[in-house]
Amino acid sequence: MVASNPRHSPIALRLNDVALGYGEFTVLRGISMEVASGQMVAIMGGSGSGKTTLLRAAVGQIKAQQGKVEVFNTDISAVSAAQRRELRKRMGVLFQHGALFTDLNVFENVAFPLREHTRLPEPEVRQRVLDTLEAVGLRAAAHLSVAEISGGMARRVALARAVVLEPQLILYDEPFTGLDPISLGITARLIRDLTDRLGCASVLITHDVHESFAIADQVYLVGRGMLVASGPPKVLYDSPDPYVRQFLRGEPDGPVPFHYPETPAFRQWLSRQKGRQP
Amino acid sequence: MRQLAGVLTSLGAGLRGMVCGLGQFTRFFGILLAHSGIVFSRPILVTQQVRFIGIYSLLIIAVSGMFVGFVLGLQGYYTLNRYGSEEALGLLVALSLVRELGPVVTALLFAGRAGTSLTAEIGLMKAGEQLLAMEAMAVEPMRRVLAPRLWGGIIAMPILAAIFSMVGILGGWVVGVLMIGVDAGVFWSQMQAGVDVWNDVANGVLKSFVFGFTVTLVALYQGWQARATPEGVARATTRTVVVGSLAVLGLDFLLTALMFSN
Repeated sequence: MVASNPRHSPIALRLNDVALGYGEFTVLRGISMEVASGQMVAIMGGSGSGKTTLLRAAVGQIKAQQGKVEVFNTDISAVSAAQRRELRKRMGVLFQHGALFTDLNVFENVAFPLREHTRLPEPEVRQRVLDTLEAVGLRAAAHLSVAEISGGMARRVALARAVVLEPQLILYDEPFTGLDPISLGITARLIRDLTDRLGCASVLITHDVHESFAIADQVYLVGRGMLVASGPPKVLYDSPDPYVRQFLRGEPDGPVPFHYPETPAFRQWLSRQKGRQP
Repeated sequence: MRQLAGVLTSLGAGLRGMVCGLGQFTRFFGILLAHSGIVFSRPILVTQQVRFIGIYSLLIIAVSGMFVGFVLGLQGYYTLNRYGSEEALGLLVALSLVRELGPVVTALLFAGRAGTSLTAEIGLMKAGEQLLAMEAMAVEPMRRVLAPRLWGGIIAMPILAAIFSMVGILGGWVVGVLMIGVDAGVFWSQMQAGVDVWNDVANGVLKSFVFGFTVTLVALYQGWQARATPEGVARATTRTVVVGSLAVLGLDFLLTALMFSN
């Protein structure tokens, strides 16, 4: 793991006692964390634990129910739409399912942020896009349409699109899902290299323990609707906390719930089902 | 009494839903209009849409125009023949197409062909998180995706309606002149003398602008509001055809009353 010293680096993302959710429903509460420039932070947790909700709050696509989400020392929910767009120009986001534009080919997908936010001449756009595609191993796939590439390739194209503008804060939502072991290792190394080379802040949302622990400087574990643990990977791995131990080692028994919790809505639905005639 | 209260409640809920829907639609239009500056800053995006939307609908519109022209030629001849006025066939075909059938039938076909494509495209972009991704990249989807499509539709519709009317007139000429034997000179001269550029052609063009705007706006709104599931997108495309077609027919009545009454 590459060590970094974020103590003197500016803070790119700060969450201060944040509660997040949709409507009346709260997914996460009491979340506080900081991500400095040059630092790679992994946010881990089981499926449905609210990791993607955290990412959407960092981008300003959902508003915190409580607390503050600050991006580059600016409360993202308290700014105008134009100011939010300016903040987002300094960020790169890799979406969980890639979210590639299906009407554009691989090249045009990666070129999209450059064409929208820069006035670079066409030869320079071409060079930068091909270089970025080269970094993810897909230079020769530039001409293919999105329908012609596999899920793993699509994820790598989405990664190229997220980093082509060399942003100051990059958010990766499940970047390792669907990758074969070789691509997974290369992608993990690429993400770490980018963080070091650009000096950007990186947030890795994942449940891949092995790869993320190999590249992250700091790990936050979310579960039970809150922040369960945080610390450098080594510290977390040696943690005696049964929740942390079970999650990181993938043990079947322990405090991490496998079953979705029963809600009043479920019990109401079940009682209606029982009342029905067969 | 309870039944009456139930009926009134559901009536009120329906009315409230309609008013809310209309409000949302108006707000959507307002936001889209506010983002329409891209038409001037990046006109290439609009011309691309004019091309795509035009190509989507060109074949169906040309073929439909030809058959409508054939039928107008035949029906017009049978009716005019009763009164010994076959020489007015060219005028009848041209006025029917330019004033009414050109804009209206083109708009109905446009709703079924390009309108559904637009709705499905926007709905699937939403389902695939493409619009969210665009927003996260500091690119406003209303400005980058929807506004060029709206103006593309508005510009494409009069062109398609003109093609429909032109092919229809040729169809009427094929049936009337070539097949039935109406005099070609009379056919064209009656048309030239009877069709007024402002009263007939310009009003027809104005109608097709209004229909183009309405159908495209409805299609984009339905795609934007579609639930991000295959079923949601399917329902939205159906609504585009139903709402778009009814709006065209209703507006046609209104516009005809305004344009051609004394």
